[in-house]
Amino acid sequence: MSETKTSEKTLTPPPHTEPVVFTRDMLDWLPWLEPMAEADMTERHLTSLVDAARVKSPYFRLLARDPDVLEARTRTDKDIFYNPEAGLPRAERELAAAATSRLNGCIYCASVHARFAATYSKRVDDVQRLLDEGVGAKLDERWEAIVAASVALTTIPMTFGKEHVERLRKVGLDDAAIADLIGAASFFNWANRLMLSLGVPATQG
Amino acid sequence: MTDVIDTLVGIAPGSKLDAIRAQRSEARKHAQASYTSLFEPKDLGTVTADERHAIAAFVAGLHGEPKTSAFYAAKLPAGLGAAVAAEVAAAKSKGPYGHFPKGPLSAEDAPGPTWEVSDAGRKILGPRLTAAFEHTHMLVFHPRDAAAPSLQSLLDAGWSTTDIVTISQLVSFLSYQIRVVAGLSTLASTL
Repeated sequence: MSETKTSEKTLTPPPHTEPVVFTRDMLDWLPWLEPMAEADMTERHLTSLVDAARVKSPYFRLLARDPDVLEARTRTDKDIFYNPEAGLPRAERELAAAATSRLNGCIYCASVHARFAATYSKRVDDVQRLLDEGVGAKLDERWEAIVAASVALTTIPMTFGKEHVERLRKVGLDDAAIADLIGAASFFNWANRLMLSLGVPATQG
Repeated sequence: MTDVIDTLVGIAPGSKLDAIRAQRSEARKHAQASYTSLFEPKDLGTVTADERHAIAAFVAGLHGEPKTSAFYAAKLPAGLGAAVAAEVAAAKSKGPYGHFPKGPLSAEDAPGPTWEVSDAGRKILGPRLTAAFEHTHMLVFHPRDAAAPSLQSLLDAGWSTTDIVTISQLVSFLSYQIRVVAGLSTLASTL
């Protein structure tokens, strides 16, 4: 490093309105660090996006600066949430993601996964109650058990214990479903930290 | 190459948990690929192997998950390992805490400390790792307090924008890996 080198600067996002409540509305996300310019992206950067359309997303163009990690992250994410074979129903994987995001305070992540949870479960009121009231919201025993397990995996110290596994079994989750819940809640501890620390959510329009 | 999560949980080939993980073979393979990309990449770029392992050992230590803590601590040279252990002991907290954007959610604000590396730690860690550890503490315990100035501190300490993407992924991946190891270990104990 030469002595004349000055450090890079963070970005100042354009004027925007930051959401101040948890919402199922579509949100934007504005980076605090410079994403890659599309023109500078090599074939490796582009394939790391996995979905070509993500080249329009500043979040993914920022993460593409380390393409191997981005691609591995994305393929992990997709299997945890989209693999339809056995395990936990999609709606409840999304519920675990939304509950984790609600607890950590990631308004952007919570908006995306609350929308998915509501779409796949059709339980719009319950999902909205989770957003409005937080992880202590009254849902039903099965959903409360899923939320409680997600919370126990997310807090530090982690408190996830045999009692959580037993409660999940009582409401009908088999071992594969419990493993999916662990995957979904754990993955959102990954995703929340990236979204929260590299930029800021903004309301649309 | 052995699978780190399987190794840490103690998942034996042919076991029930092995079969369950096999149903999510892409997630299993790419969680391992994430580990490899972060700790054994084709090109380390400008983030050294010691820096990567030191941050990982710090994250694991803060979570208090014994198996991942031992795994990453074992990869550090003795002096650096001792410094990381001392900072872990001083930095342990409970999370998540932090502030929400001002408004209705302010009622849920859970304020807590912004942690700083000790003077003794600073000397051993140097400016880059000192800034990285302070940022990491925030990411681990109070990520919703993150703001652009935290990133500027990293840039000012000599990390590039691309380095910050890598170390942010590293801390965040560890936050996943540690929970999977803890969660599957608990599940395994009931099978």
